Amino acid sequence: MDDITVLKLKGISKTFHGVRANSDVDFTLKKGEIHALLGENGAGKSTLMNIISGLLQPDKGEIFIHGKRQKIQNPRRAIQLGIGMIHQHFMIVPGFTSLENIILGSEPIKGVTIDFQQARRQIAILSDDCGLSIDPDAVTEDLPVGIQQRVEIFKALYRNAGILILDEPTAVLIPQETDTLFKILRKLVKKNISIIFITHKLQEVMQIADSISVMQQGVIKGVFSPEETDEQALAELMIGREVLLKNDYLPARPGKIVFEVKKLTVMNSRGYEAVSDVSFRVREREIVGIAGVQGNGQAELSESIAGLRKIKSGEITLSGRRMPALNPRKMIENGLAHIPEDRLKHGLVLPFSIADNQILCTYYRRPYVHFFGRNPKAILKNSRKLINRFHIKARGPEEAVQNLSGGNQQKVIISREFSRDSSFLIANQPTRGLDVGSVEYVHKQLIMLRDKGLGVLLISSELDEILSLSDTILVIYRGRVCSIVRKEDATMESIGRIMVRGFE
Amino acid sequence: MIATIRSFIIPVGSVIFASLIGGIVLFLSGSDPIEAYAALLKGAFGSMTSITRTLVKATPLMMNGLAVAFAFKAGLFNIGTQGQFIFGAFAASVAGFFIQGVPPVFHIFLALIAGGIAGGVYGAFQGALKAYSGAHEVITGIMCNYIAINITDYLVNHPFRDTSPGNIVARTPLILETSYLPDIEGIPGGFLISLLSAVLVWWVLKHMVLGFEINTVGAGPDAARYSGMRVQRILLITMLISGTLAGLGGALEIQGVEHRFQPGFHTGLGFEGITIALLGRVHPFGIIPASVLIGAMKAGANMMQFSAGVESEIIDIIQALLLFFVTAEVFFKKMIPGMRWQKGEKLSLRAGWGGKV
Repeated sequence: MDDITVLKLKGISKTFHGVRANSDVDFTLKKGEIHALLGENGAGKSTLMNIISGLLQPDKGEIFIHGKRQKIQNPRRAIQLGIGMIHQHFMIVPGFTSLENIILGSEPIKGVTIDFQQARRQIAILSDDCGLSIDPDAVTEDLPVGIQQRVEIFKALYRNAGILILDEPTAVLIPQETDTLFKILRKLVKKNISIIFITHKLQEVMQIADSISVMQQGVIKGVFSPEETDEQALAELMIGREVLLKNDYLPARPGKIVFEVKKLTVMNSRGYEAVSDVSFRVREREIVGIAGVQGNGQAELSESIAGLRKIKSGEITLSGRRMPALNPRKMIENGLAHIPEDRLKHGLVLPFSIADNQILCTYYRRPYVHFFGRNPKAILKNSRKLINRFHIKARGPEEAVQNLSGGNQQKVIISREFSRDSSFLIANQPTRGLDVGSVEYVHKQLIMLRDKGLGVLLISSELDEILSLSDTILVIYRGRVCSIVRKEDATMESIGRIMVRGFE
Repeated sequence: MIATIRSFIIPVGSVIFASLIGGIVLFLSGSDPIEAYAALLKGAFGSMTSITRTLVKATPLMMNGLAVAFAFKAGLFNIGTQGQFIFGAFAASVAGFFIQGVPPVFHIFLALIAGGIAGGVYGAFQGALKAYSGAHEVITGIMCNYIAINITDYLVNHPFRDTSPGNIVARTPLILETSYLPDIEGIPGGFLISLLSAVLVWWVLKHMVLGFEINTVGAGPDAARYSGMRVQRILLITMLISGTLAGLGGALEIQGVEHRFQPGFHTGLGFEGITIALLGRVHPFGIIPASVLIGAMKAGANMMQFSAGVESEIIDIIQALLLFFVTAEVFFKKMIPGMRWQKGEKLSLRAGWGGKV
């Protein structure tokens, strides 16, 4: 590997609404290396890459490509400069063939028609060059995800990308596909292509990277080579924070069991097993936290518990009664409260008023109905009460929820779910995307609810949130519960390790 | 308040723009636009008879407009109103000549109920296809329209053909006079029933629990599922009610105007429900003036043809322009100052109007 610098970032800063996503970031990519950018969700990795690929403009800082200072105004410019971005969600047209997808946007032209012969030749050359095989006539949506990703990589190479950015490329892959991807990347690097590999998986970083930059809260914490560091040191850098809120709250006094799952197995939308043989129980006045890197089955677990996803096998018991699958109303009526992961899609009806959103689960019950119709007086009265009690900032109960800030939208959901008479709460990523004040508010509400007697299942990929709130901690890795620890015995280091590799 | 004004600007603006461009077309084709429009107005509102004619024309439009709008609220595009309308009309005419010896008022309602049920069942069938098999309602709706046309064609040719001596066309016998819709104080009974339907639709959507469920399914299908609503059943019920409205429209047309079922009588009235629903901003109380407006254009077209010598097809052009402007919201938002794009508003390419499923 020669030491030519292909990309250099100097002092990049970017602020969103007062939140610093990147501050004073320096980053150097050398020719023909795989440089991993490691960090938790929300550490600022994607912001940085979006700046490089022209989707965002930095507030401050300079970008040098091949030693020349460049301004990357838009994605088109980034492509001209030889930067190819492979997004986590592929940017391909499902019904097109691989060939059509690869040339899309830069088709070779002959007169007024597309020169498919020429395109075919170019792809064949590329294919030989890099040792990548691809069937140009296969319809993309019929291909396995790993091959679809290869089409994306081809697409970037076809545009002569010398710098490839891969955003969490393994998040959608099964292990065998990951191995193949790594082989491909190795081949590409030999062809002097430089790669930025964004991830939060430590194992992969150690396996594939030539250099590693660790990012935390918008700041690069250090640059290493895999030889001079190890997974534990990286985990501490990536996750470790100065302040630990861990013992701020009074310990729980758990009561009897309110919720139990036994040998639960759930498939994801692609038909793979996402939750495997999971069993646990939640008691009254107790918060059980599920720690895990996003995408390890948490979404499927919480959806199946809430009655939104089919169960392959296993049983769910709430308040002593076994619950049927796929019946959210039964769950709610038997005492379930639920803060869903995607609040905009599942938690709220955006064009509706605050008042209507606050009765979304109880709209058919008294006092919100009388005789045959709805009872607007009771609905508004309930809303005014909740707006006051939960300090929702809004013009009034009739304001549409889509006009509220993220924090206040979450408060609307919380006000609905917490004011109902329930015995068990699932909170899935309850603080994602919220500002610091709102995070603290949500945490206090969760503790209050616990002390009122509810059992709480907290699912979060924020480890410090899990550690500071939970009384019992389960670690989920690839759909299995790999560890159950009491709060007193948990350390951030040990849980962090299990989170990223499934064992201590 | 501002929202109310906003919701008026587009339909009113559309009418103005469509009339202006229609005027240009009239001028280019060698007529005097002012004379033509004056004749149109006179034909639609010039006398008690012409007003009655306008209201008669408005009746099926209003029913079909309500049917389309009701389905929009759940995010469904009920393009099958045409078929539901036809089946409703057919069932009402069968009830009209088959049932005998019942008192007049009873007979009227029996025939109306037959029409409503026929349309409703047919709508529910399409709703069930959507809810339980995922078949897109636009596709099944179009297919079901053909099925309705062909089945009724067969029925009036064979089992229910008018066998009176001298008849050579395919049509049912005349319905009994006991099932005719009367005029009340000069206002056609059918129009009154469609007004009542508009109020009922408004009340269901605004005040009933079912209405809340329908609106939720339309505005946030995932949230509806999350909150425990039975989305599939709600889709089915929505299509049942939508089809009932269209079917009732068919019954009103038979009992108030045609007095027998004859293939082709409907001349695409079901499809015009889409125009009406959009022009009325998918609101029951917007649909009332929208259907009167289009009804007036239909009623006045003949007068325009007679006294100004303008082909009545010009009305179709104006109607098409109307639909164009009503759906071209972006155009108004750019043209008219103060009508700014609201936060989060995007050009919708696929699932516009009432929401999506």
